[in-house]
Amino acid sequence: MSERVLTRRRVLLGAAALATSACDSQRPRAGFLGAMDRFNERAQATLFHPTRLAPEEPVEQLTPPGDFPQYFISDTVPLAPAGWRLEVGGLVARPRAFSLEELRQLPRTDSRIRHHCVEGWSAVASWHGVRVSDLARAVGADPRAGFVEFRSFDQGYYSSWDAPSALHPQTVLAYGMNGAPLIPGHGAPLRLYSGVKLGYKMVKYLTTVRFLPEATGGTWEDRGYEWFAGV
Amino acid sequence: MHPPERRRPQPWPIRLTHWANVPLLAILAASGLQILVAYPRMGPRGRPFAVYPFQDAMPPSWLRLGDWLAGARSWHFAFGWFLALNGVVYVLYLALSGEWRRRLFLPRRDTRDAVATLAYYLRLRPAPAQVGLYNGLQRLAYTAALIMGALSVLSGLAIYKPVQLQWLTALFGGYDPARFIHLLLLVLLALFTVGHVVLVALHPRTFGEMITGGRKPDV
Repeated sequence: MSERVLTRRRVLLGAAALATSACDSQRPRAGFLGAMDRFNERAQATLFHPTRLAPEEPVEQLTPPGDFPQYFISDTVPLAPAGWRLEVGGLVARPRAFSLEELRQLPRTDSRIRHHCVEGWSAVASWHGVRVSDLARAVGADPRAGFVEFRSFDQGYYSSWDAPSALHPQTVLAYGMNGAPLIPGHGAPLRLYSGVKLGYKMVKYLTTVRFLPEATGGTWEDRGYEWFAGV
Repeated sequence: MHPPERRRPQPWPIRLTHWANVPLLAILAASGLQILVAYPRMGPRGRPFAVYPFQDAMPPSWLRLGDWLAGARSWHFAFGWFLALNGVVYVLYLALSGEWRRRLFLPRRDTRDAVATLAYYLRLRPAPAQVGLYNGLQRLAYTAALIMGALSVLSGLAIYKPVQLQWLTALFGGYDPARFIHLLLLVLLALFTVGHVVLVALHPRTFGEMITGGRKPDV
């Protein structure tokens, strides 16, 4: 084989390797795919409008009981520890822990909006609870906190959000579903629900809400799923 | 610029956008099928669509790209922009160059010839006289492919942003119908591609023209 062919082959292999590393499905947040992911993140943030609401669905659209998927990463349904409290902290004037009773005394919001899962399915339930924006007001969240991080007792499942999405009027800390108190399978005693994000951003089994100056990650986001995940 | 009928059959912007479609459509189709694997059903949870005959059927692994859901989504949303951009460049070129006149299907001009050409392919009638670059049936096919491509991008945006672009999602009948239409368009584009490749194989001269541009017609 002539040297020239060898060189050409090496160049081709090098180009293929470069293309492969730039588009590595296992690391979609790196290389060219990662650059496009950051571009898409900015595009999504630009498209997001803080007062644009997800449409309210009619009752007939409710997903039949039992068909709304339950999701947790623990082997069995996570159960709230005795004396459960929601810790709210970070860049806030009055950090404190709320019991469920105390959260119920904050203004209640009801909505029946479509759930969009990253897998491609959709489902509809009605949710009630307290808006994250009302909670932010109650603790005096600093406007410089551009991000909000939610953590859970489901093996530490967590996700961080951009503040505009977290403070959207349809982003709630839900303690009820379809008119009844939230059941353990759907994230009791308290879960995040929102009309403006994909399902994996909605942390169930909440323990902590922190207002932060920087984005952290998330259970799925750390494995390569997109961080913004707006709908 | 020369008037279209004095131009080479395939000017370079046509060739460029045509060949860019090949890798772009392949990447989007294959990564789309990998995304479908995550939930291979149509219709909302608990209410599967009766019109979809392939509930739970998995596309074969050799047709997929991206290894897993997050990888496939990254491919899909990275290259979707380039497909849309390619389509915009193509349409702008058609409009500004006047090429649309010899390529797009105009019902009043082309219907009769499209029917005659179809009758010829079905062995019902002799070949109609070929005038100009394309016959009516070709114009119909290429115009349909362009519309299907545009609808693919739009239905894709409708399921990518069903809240921020809810007016678009509503035009497709809602989130789940839009997702179904997005998949249907993939099937239709795949069928177009098969027919296109078969007909090009039967008329190899057109393949060369799409690479070299072909000769200018004698004046």
